[in-house]
Amino acid sequence: MNSNYWVAFATIVSKEVRRFLRIWPQTLLPPAITMVLYFVIFGNLIGSRIGQMGGFDYMQFIVPGLIMMSVITNSYGNVSSSFFSNKFQKSLEELLVAPVPNWIVLFGFVAGGVARGLACGVIVLLLSLWFSKLTIAYPLVTVSVILLTAVVFSLAGFINAVFATKFDDVTIVPTFILTPLTYLGGVFYSVSLLPEVWQWVSKLNPILYMVNTFRFGIIGVSDIPVLTAYIVLGIFVVVLTGWAMYLLKTGHGLRS
Amino acid sequence: MAYALEISGLTKIYDNGFQALNGIDLNVASGDFFALLGPNGAGKSTTLGIVSSLVNKTEGSVKVNGFDLDTQREQVKRSLGVVPQEFNFNTFEKVIDIVVQQAGYYGLPRKVALERAEKYLKQLDLWEKRDVQSRMLSGGMKRRLMIARALMHEPKILILDEPTAGVDIEIRRTMWTFLTRLNQQGTTIILTTHYLEEAESLCRNLAIIGRGDIIARGATKELLKEKANSTFVVDLHDAVTEIPEALQAFGARVIDDYSLEFSIQKGASLNRVFDLLNFAGINAISIRPKTNRLEELFVDLTGNNAEQEADNEQ
Repeated sequence: MNSNYWVAFATIVSKEVRRFLRIWPQTLLPPAITMVLYFVIFGNLIGSRIGQMGGFDYMQFIVPGLIMMSVITNSYGNVSSSFFSNKFQKSLEELLVAPVPNWIVLFGFVAGGVARGLACGVIVLLLSLWFSKLTIAYPLVTVSVILLTAVVFSLAGFINAVFATKFDDVTIVPTFILTPLTYLGGVFYSVSLLPEVWQWVSKLNPILYMVNTFRFGIIGVSDIPVLTAYIVLGIFVVVLTGWAMYLLKTGHGLRS
Repeated sequence: MAYALEISGLTKIYDNGFQALNGIDLNVASGDFFALLGPNGAGKSTTLGIVSSLVNKTEGSVKVNGFDLDTQREQVKRSLGVVPQEFNFNTFEKVIDIVVQQAGYYGLPRKVALERAEKYLKQLDLWEKRDVQSRMLSGGMKRRLMIARALMHEPKILILDEPTAGVDIEIRRTMWTFLTRLNQQGTTIILTTHYLEEAESLCRNLAIIGRGDIIARGATKELLKEKANSTFVVDLHDAVTEIPEALQAFGARVIDDYSLEFSIQKGASLNRVFDLLNFAGINAISIRPKTNRLEELFVDLTGNNAEQEADNEQ
């Protein structure tokens, strides 16, 4: 990479990381508190009555899903809110007048989203150690799938922010699309428990592939073939990157 | 002649169908101190927005420092420093972070960025405020912060869109001194302003834009020479209610009991007016131009343009 571009990329990433660290009570603390509640209520209180799922204690079964849920919501939320704030305050113009190529702008914001997603993932993982033993069955799968997932949702958050014209627009997608898909994406249950038709419907939900592959990486069980999950993730990365680059090139929502 | 900016046939039609620029041509020489003037909505900010890559053009070509905006956008951006009309920095960030980050976007290593931040923040009297969140700064400080930020990569051309709007006269004059020094050091300066006194005293060349067309351009002094009449205000010792008939040839009229105004052709002697005042027993105690000369020219040109448009519409 051209050294100028590298400095520009590092500047965007460092700005993004400093932003979410500066406002840690809004960015890092809430997922920690929410996940502890999930561990206590679903894992300890209800989970002890559920028994085993997929051959594992219920707590062990839901930990990967909860980590993934945190990564998804935070990587998405970081890019959508940060990029939209930059647009709203017009500070994005600092980047638009500078000789920063579009792909550096995109990758810089996505890297910021991945950083926050992973930071929250690590926090939730550390908290889970109070409630459950952690063994990682397939480290390479675990790391690669969580990285790819964070990239996919950072890209999606970026596109949401480009289209957003008011703050409501960056909350609509997480509330009405992301949260239902995450809850129905096999975080709390194995889709094998569902009737066949709902299993088929569930397979249209991309989050199911991410949660299951991450669970496979940690405890070694999955409802869907791992290779399929990588193909789905790969398609999402390519399509969303192409879409975001097109929006940046045309200046949609950014240049009049 | 080397040009800092070459604009040819520049047209802008916004998505809502509004045509902001009607194919304007404009050249600014390297090293110039240039003003782009015009009433609100005339197309000044659109022109500068296109040059700064903040607005997409519809047609035409733009060259900055010899680089074509369509094919050499990166070099165009490196040649320009941009100070926009509205504050456009993150108000929760510290002053030092805003300028150092901007240097980073231009690829400057952090060490160089910190040195330049110190240099420009000191020159613009902001060094003491470097660790303050930018939202805590006064309006004048925020404007100076945007100038410091635009200079971090030491551009050859500095574009300022109303840099002194809302700034008190003392700070405005400090900024004029700073910009004049910067221009003397070789930076081409292109500004828009509503303070015509600012353009008249700072800028060697100017263009006046009205409703998307350039309606006058040239050296400031030459344009002012073309101004046919000057209007003066005379303050009176005693109250006057009626204008002597002979003074009406000068378009004289009473402003209030103790002042009247008249217009006189460029180069004509003022003595005739004083003779007439004396003859009528009117005691003048002071005289001053009604507005600065550029302001009169501006009103003449933009007023005529607006009238012409109104005629065309009828």
